[in-house]
Amino acid sequence: MATTSTALAGRPAFRQRGKQAAEALRRAPLIPLAIIVIVVFTATFAPLLTPHSTTQPSLADRLTPPVWQEGGSWENPLGTDALGRDLATRLMYGGRVSMLVAVFTLAIGGGIGTAIGLVSGYFGGRVDAICMRSADSTLAFPIILFAILLVVAVGPNLANVVVAIALVLWARYARVIRGEVLALKERDFIARARVAGCSHLRILLFHLFPNTVNTLLVLLTLQVGWVIIVEASLSFLGAGIPPPTPAWGSMVSDGREYVDTAWWVSAIPGLAIMLTVVAFNLFGDWLRDTLDPKLRQVS
Amino acid sequence: MQRYIVMRAGQSIIALIILSMIIFALGRFTGDPIILLLPQEASQETEDAIRAHYGLDQPWPIQYWKFISNAARFEFGVSIKSKRPVMDLIGPKVMNSLRLGLAGMAITLIIGIPLGVLAAVKRDTFFDGGAKLIAILGQSLPQFWVGIMLIQFFTVQLDLLPAAGTGGFTHYIMPAFTLGWWVAAAVMRLLRSSMLDALDGEYIKMARIKGLPEYKIVWKHTFKNALIPVLTFAGTYLATFITGAILVETVFAWPGLGRLVYDSIIWRDFPVLQTLVMMIAAVVITVNLAVDIAYAYIDPRIRYN
Repeated sequence: MATTSTALAGRPAFRQRGKQAAEALRRAPLIPLAIIVIVVFTATFAPLLTPHSTTQPSLADRLTPPVWQEGGSWENPLGTDALGRDLATRLMYGGRVSMLVAVFTLAIGGGIGTAIGLVSGYFGGRVDAICMRSADSTLAFPIILFAILLVVAVGPNLANVVVAIALVLWARYARVIRGEVLALKERDFIARARVAGCSHLRILLFHLFPNTVNTLLVLLTLQVGWVIIVEASLSFLGAGIPPPTPAWGSMVSDGREYVDTAWWVSAIPGLAIMLTVVAFNLFGDWLRDTLDPKLRQVS
Repeated sequence: MQRYIVMRAGQSIIALIILSMIIFALGRFTGDPIILLLPQEASQETEDAIRAHYGLDQPWPIQYWKFISNAARFEFGVSIKSKRPVMDLIGPKVMNSLRLGLAGMAITLIIGIPLGVLAAVKRDTFFDGGAKLIAILGQSLPQFWVGIMLIQFFTVQLDLLPAAGTGGFTHYIMPAFTLGWWVAAAVMRLLRSSMLDALDGEYIKMARIKGLPEYKIVWKHTFKNALIPVLTFAGTYLATFITGAILVETVFAWPGLGRLVYDSIIWRDFPVLQTLVMMIAAVVITVNLAVDIAYAYIDPRIRYN
């Protein structure tokens, strides 16, 4: 350490930040992260991981219990359902549906919500009033009803489920991002951008938006769980992904008739939903505390 | 104040009109209702006659007007599945849902309020940790699954509680609990943080200096103020409750409106579903209006904004 003190001038702060980052990483939620990795991995590579089909019934094997229970075998480690289909296989493919719906709804709903939030906060006035009133009405309406109505009218499929959930999702993004923008637009750099002759669009896209990315990231992670639960609820009610495509919600529903004889048929998919949602929520909490502690009060 | 009420009521009416337009438009997507009414060998003339009889040959705006004026007279058409007027199906179920809803709300208040206060007062203790666990589970457990697992345990394993339908007090326990605790988790979390904020207030310090007993500080001075932010979310909670009721009534075969929603999904019974959505929306919008007005009455800052 033979450096002069002037050369070190910038270092302590830098070191401090490094320490903070290390500290945040040390407190990273490892178990939730592991669960997320497993779900994403099995969902992505499902066809390579299992020899079974998701839809082909095999009546000889119907309602086989999981491997740890009497009568179970490694052939179907988590048992089979009433049609003899391997539960582990359907679970992995069901994870695919959940992940796909989550990615698309968050991209669409989050995108629209962010755009509305940016415009609403930046321009203010009447535009703001209309946007925020709509957002509040959306949040205070049991939108699952609307999703059901849409799906019954147009027919259940992945695209309709995505549209229905995205129609609900935008409101929260609009609200939070607008709040961010209201604070940001009073700052000097926005005034300077305006003086420098930037167009409104340029200010929105290149000056305001990048400053909301942290918040957006946290909000997106915290809502994955919510989207999974809504999709599962819709599928449970028969207004989601239509059978025979496996979805976690409809798998729980399939098992309802067998609660007295084959507990695993609905218990295991439900556990999968719970673990995945808890994992994403805990991961989101950590991300929020690390990136954006002031969001604590918002969500 | 009057101006605020008129403005806010106007917004509610606009929201209802927009909603009715969306429902009407979605109804057009379900396919031509004439096909369901006609025998297969019907001629073109009979089809035209029936179309004219039901007013389906009219332009859309006129059809929409008929739809709205019928709705105002509680005439919502005939169920596709049972061929009976929709209101005959809905009427008898209203009370069942209301009873279950009230039981669920009671559970929410019984669990949510004491735990939220306790978690804030005994911050960072065992109670706080327990409350946090309940909140995390409340946000992560799918309600329909909790219901099925309760049936699995209390009905199949222990044979203690009835799994389905209405009846005596015991029929309420599982559905009301499943319905109530979801919102309880949300109420608890919010109450905890608003209690913590309120406990930081200067007037609490003053109350302490005055030597007031702790229970008075907590319940009289802090709790009352901490409740205001919780009440703001009353509309959102109601929405969550209704969503929950559809799932819970389906799981426990409760003969209420939620179960009717489920049946109309299974039978693709659009006339029943659109009526239910319209009615629930009207209730939700009215409650939200009432909450906002009450809120503006309590807090003058709102009505002048």
